[in-house]
Amino acid sequence: MRDYIIRRLLILIPVMIGVSLLTFSLFNIIPGDACVLRLGFGSTPETLADCREQHGLNDPLFPISINSDLPLIHLGNSQYGDWLTDIIVHQDLGQSLAEGGAEVSTELQRRLPITVELMIVTIIFALLLGIIPGMVSAIRPNTPLDWATRIVSVLWLSIPSFYLAILMITFGLLWFGWTPPQFGTGYVPIYEDPWINIQQFFFPALVLSVGIAAVIMRLTRSAMLEVLRNDYIRTAWSKGLRERTVVWRHALKNALIPVVTLIGLQIGALIGGAVIIESVYNLNGVGKYTLEAIIRRDLFVVQSLTLMFAAVYVLSNLMVDVAYAWLDPRIHYN
Amino acid sequence: MAREIALPLELEEEQPERPRRPRRLLQTARRHPLGVFGLVCVGLLFFCGIFADLLVPYDPIATIRETRTFGTLVEAVDATDDRLSVADSQVEIGTNFNIENERITVLTVNPSSEGATVLVQRGSSPTAHPAGSVLQLETAIPLESPSFKHPFGTDHNAKDVLSRVIFGARISLLIGIVAISTGVTAGAILGVISGYFGKIIDTIIQRGVDILLAFPAVVLLLAIITVIGDEDSAVRKFLSNSTPLPDRDFIGIPNFIDVFIVALAIGLAVAVFTTRVVRGAVLSIKENVYVDAARAMGASDARIMMRHIFPNVIALVVILGSVLLPVAILAEATISFLGIGVPIPTPSWGADLSDEKSRSLMLEGYWWPVFFPGFALSLVVLGFNMLGDAFRDLSDPRLRGSGLGGGGGSGGGGGGGGAI
Repeated sequence: MRDYIIRRLLILIPVMIGVSLLTFSLFNIIPGDACVLRLGFGSTPETLADCREQHGLNDPLFPISINSDLPLIHLGNSQYGDWLTDIIVHQDLGQSLAEGGAEVSTELQRRLPITVELMIVTIIFALLLGIIPGMVSAIRPNTPLDWATRIVSVLWLSIPSFYLAILMITFGLLWFGWTPPQFGTGYVPIYEDPWINIQQFFFPALVLSVGIAAVIMRLTRSAMLEVLRNDYIRTAWSKGLRERTVVWRHALKNALIPVVTLIGLQIGALIGGAVIIESVYNLNGVGKYTLEAIIRRDLFVVQSLTLMFAAVYVLSNLMVDVAYAWLDPRIHYN
Repeated sequence: MAREIALPLELEEEQPERPRRPRRLLQTARRHPLGVFGLVCVGLLFFCGIFADLLVPYDPIATIRETRTFGTLVEAVDATDDRLSVADSQVEIGTNFNIENERITVLTVNPSSEGATVLVQRGSSPTAHPAGSVLQLETAIPLESPSFKHPFGTDHNAKDVLSRVIFGARISLLIGIVAISTGVTAGAILGVISGYFGKIIDTIIQRGVDILLAFPAVVLLLAIITVIGDEDSAVRKFLSNSTPLPDRDFIGIPNFIDVFIVALAIGLAVAVFTTRVVRGAVLSIKENVYVDAARAMGASDARIMMRHIFPNVIALVVILGSVLLPVAILAEATISFLGIGVPIPTPSWGADLSDEKSRSLMLEGYWWPVFFPGFALSLVVLGFNMLGDAFRDLSDPRLRGSGLGGGGGSGGGGGGGGAI
């Protein structure tokens, strides 16, 4: 198991290098460098030169280049090399090109708690809304209850989260005169004022969780049906155990194994969803930050954030595989 | 012995005749009402998308104007008069209005007991008008609530929402089909090459796929569109200069190049996914004896791939394409909603949902410009999901008749939720 984790981590290194190269080149293909994009047409050659000097844009892009006055490999003197060494050695994700030039790391300190809380609450909601109906539906297949859950799940699966969010905000206001508090106030951490915090996160997380809950519901249902057909379940029944014990103690544990994988696979959807939901609900999290940076063409911010998302995504996938083996002793990685 | 053999034959005779095809279809339809609903939704998408320009009651990007009556003449005027007495009017300086077919511009307004006396500039061929003639004003009608003339109302730019929703189907369908056909084709070719050759080629392609799959889909799409959608990007220049693609206003779609670029970006994401899946299938197909036989007969790699491997992945590729079509449509709506995709005058569902002004107006009670495009989008995705579920029920013999159709849901629909 330990060997497996180490090997997977080692495979991640070339993948992450590839990701960083791709991100970096992607945003440097755009004609006009970051300073041109930032300063626009109103810039004089002097201000442009200043900006380029300040952000090190005069260095060659990549650490390997055929350049007359530099050695073939010049790690310290390239934009890509500088970017990576800053991240790895100095934990410095770069600086925004916008007015004031906020450090990406400082911004992240402020914004990460919001996104992380959103994701955690979303996963909790998704599990509650997914597993319980999925289980009930599998225990009583082909009953009206089963049909209702299945129709609900396909409805949840189909409604785009941003549309659901807009509807909830609008009709919440029009019918109940209620708006989410973040429209007025900033983020309030849960240890400062739990009530406002819950109000801030309840609806965004609910909206974001609906689609994931639907997938979990369907998967739980099918996994549960599969498990309930097993011999050991028949044995449990024939021992005269109560239904509650059979379902909760014997069946659910095994039925939840695929669900764990699914949650890991949904991390990508969660990140994408955070970008959408944070901008609809005006939560100043990392997702909104990314979108704003992309729209502003704030290249340094975008490339660092993209790299970070990719790292989180890849690591979460690894964690899922590990959790999978841990939960199911039948699985061996070697 | 003889009796034992006769038994199955007897049973065979007793079996009821298989119902004829139309009746069987009807039976299937009755057993899967949700599937039929899905088929109707998807059919509606295709119908609206293909015949959009015949179906729309108004031009989706034109301002809707309406002739409104806003007063009457108090006294008759002859051809030379330029001073009119007007009743019940809210005329303002600069207003253009019509009396019968003559166009008249208001120069000054003096309020009077009956209404107003206005000094006007007469039209090019002034004629006499009797007292009581109706003043008509042609005016844009923004935010008209849903009515018989505008079933979905008009938006704040005075555009007919129903027409935009119908044209939105065309944009969605176009982007979906272009993205899927390019993406699936490219993915299938790469997947076959990767799986067939193995070794270094496989490693290179699969590590590339790993890298692209390491990005969350939305982030990847946003990044790609930022890059290739840029005004001076090489891709855009290539598309507008070196391909016969029209720059704008093609089949009623303004900014056609932008739409196409969004489709290509989604196609890339589709290709990445397809490559991985097809490669997996090819790995097992190439172990077949007939592949060895072909090789023993001296067939070239290209021939083996074309004649023996490719035909075997086509079914898989078609299924993948149909499963990914709603995902692509949803992806377009999502990135347009985020303001990166299709630009605003184009009637895209996602872009209409993202319009800041529409959304703030929605909070004031003008719900229709946002509600209907989103409803159409949800209905289409719902239709695809229900249709997919019904197909899974029908095609999986293990589940047939047992009503377990919603089962393996993480495949199609789950993918739909997962990718975005």
